[in-house]
Amino acid sequence: MTVALSGKEVASKIEEKFSGSVVESTPENLVVKSDQLLDVARFLKETGGLDFDYLNFVTAVDYYDHFEVAYLLSSLEHNHSLMVKARCYDRENPALPSVTGLWQGADFQEREIYDLFGINFEGHPSMKRIFLWDGFEGHPLRKDYI
Amino acid sequence: MAVRTEPFVLNMGPVHPSTHGVFRMRVTLDGEVVVDIEPVFGYLHRGIEKLAEQRTYTGVIPLTDRLDYISSMSNNLAYCLAAEKLAGIKVPERAEYIRVIMSELQRVAALLIAVGAFLNDCGAYFTPFLYMFRERERIVDLFEMASGQRLTYNYMRVGGVSQDLPEEFMPALRKFMDMMPRFMDEYDQLLMQNEILLARAKGVGILSKEQAINCSISGPVLRASGVKWDIRQADPYSIYDRFDFDIPTQTTGDCYDRYRQRVEETRQSLRIIRQAMEQLPSGPVRAEVPHLVRPPVGEAYAHIEAPKGELGFYLVSDNSIAPYRCHIRPPSLINLTALRDMVRGWKIADLIIIFGSIDITVGEIDR
Repeated sequence: MTVALSGKEVASKIEEKFSGSVVESTPENLVVKSDQLLDVARFLKETGGLDFDYLNFVTAVDYYDHFEVAYLLSSLEHNHSLMVKARCYDRENPALPSVTGLWQGADFQEREIYDLFGINFEGHPSMKRIFLWDGFEGHPLRKDYI
Repeated sequence: MAVRTEPFVLNMGPVHPSTHGVFRMRVTLDGEVVVDIEPVFGYLHRGIEKLAEQRTYTGVIPLTDRLDYISSMSNNLAYCLAAEKLAGIKVPERAEYIRVIMSELQRVAALLIAVGAFLNDCGAYFTPFLYMFRERERIVDLFEMASGQRLTYNYMRVGGVSQDLPEEFMPALRKFMDMMPRFMDEYDQLLMQNEILLARAKGVGILSKEQAINCSISGPVLRASGVKWDIRQADPYSIYDRFDFDIPTQTTGDCYDRYRQRVEETRQSLRIIRQAMEQLPSGPVRAEVPHLVRPPVGEAYAHIEAPKGELGFYLVSDNSIAPYRCHIRPPSLINLTALRDMVRGWKIADLIIIFGSIDITVGEIDR
């Protein structure tokens, strides 16, 4: 059985290295500051004992006043998982760092989030729409898009 | 005088027999050698995730049928598991067993198509494909008995399955289980040491273990690269922890290994079905679930080992009758992440079989 690591416990490990980077932590997940997301992600991937080498999925949810981007990470070696989240409060130009450099599996999924939510992933090798055509106006999975 | 050469851009698809639907690749060629490819998606984008936000929890189930439309049962199961996790619903024993039988039969059917289509791409035009369809037909007949449908079954419900198995189902399933291993042997006899298949597929399109993990590859493609990771054992859902089965793996991660992997997985699925048939209890097939499910505020992710890999549903509830957000983790889309690195340097004829060996369904990629 995959063990879902407690967000609180992992958060305390992260805080030791990057203090102030964790905004919120619950037993189910933890929310990190968007500008420190990449550092925390690298820490989670490369720290022994955590070894999150597998990115199950990335997706976004629109909560009207902010977007929440959720990353489900797993370690195939230890068979444990953790959900990490980051928030974007800017509706006009929401942006987050891309994690494709750490987990290539995020490639198409970040493009999908850009296409359907309009969140720009900085550092992604080809940040463009994936399902809809280039001239399409708006981002359909946003809650204010009808 | 030197001959002037320049890269040639070839547009493959969206309508092309080897693209398994409407998938397009922009292929840059140097003579016959693939220099680069760019996959182009979206020709079958129906906005299923958006549609799901306007439907009741039960109303989403028919939409899931239309994701990977050759393994609808698995899609139903993944969605129902997520909805049940969110609403805290317990499924009756008999329904759990029926679900396992159905999803394993579905795996056999989907892997038969995968293998048949792969051989099609290798150039064995439609002969092996029709052999595979002969047996898939039996499975589809079984599904028709249970659900009344032959492709989009819409059979499972939040809290169980829509109706109990009809009387004639178990005898027909037993008959199928008796004949299926013989057919598997027949395929192996025809294909396993086939010279053309070996020449075309051995050593072609190698995907390394490290890259497979880094690219979030899942399912038979991941295991063919030598990673022993199957959600049925790594994170057992439903009642998979009660069955005895092996997780086959391969070593090289080439096209031939991916073909072998699928054949071996089919045999394991038959093992699971046999055990589930023996243990099948009687009783209700649906929990007492209100007509309109209204889960508490929260979120849930449930994933299953679908025929193509990790199929997951991430549901967010705001305590209304419709999901606030329904994200689908599509194995087909994510398994294509490594395609570009796998085909570079191979000839265009190899591109077709490397792509075929990944086994995708466009309905699930575009959603």
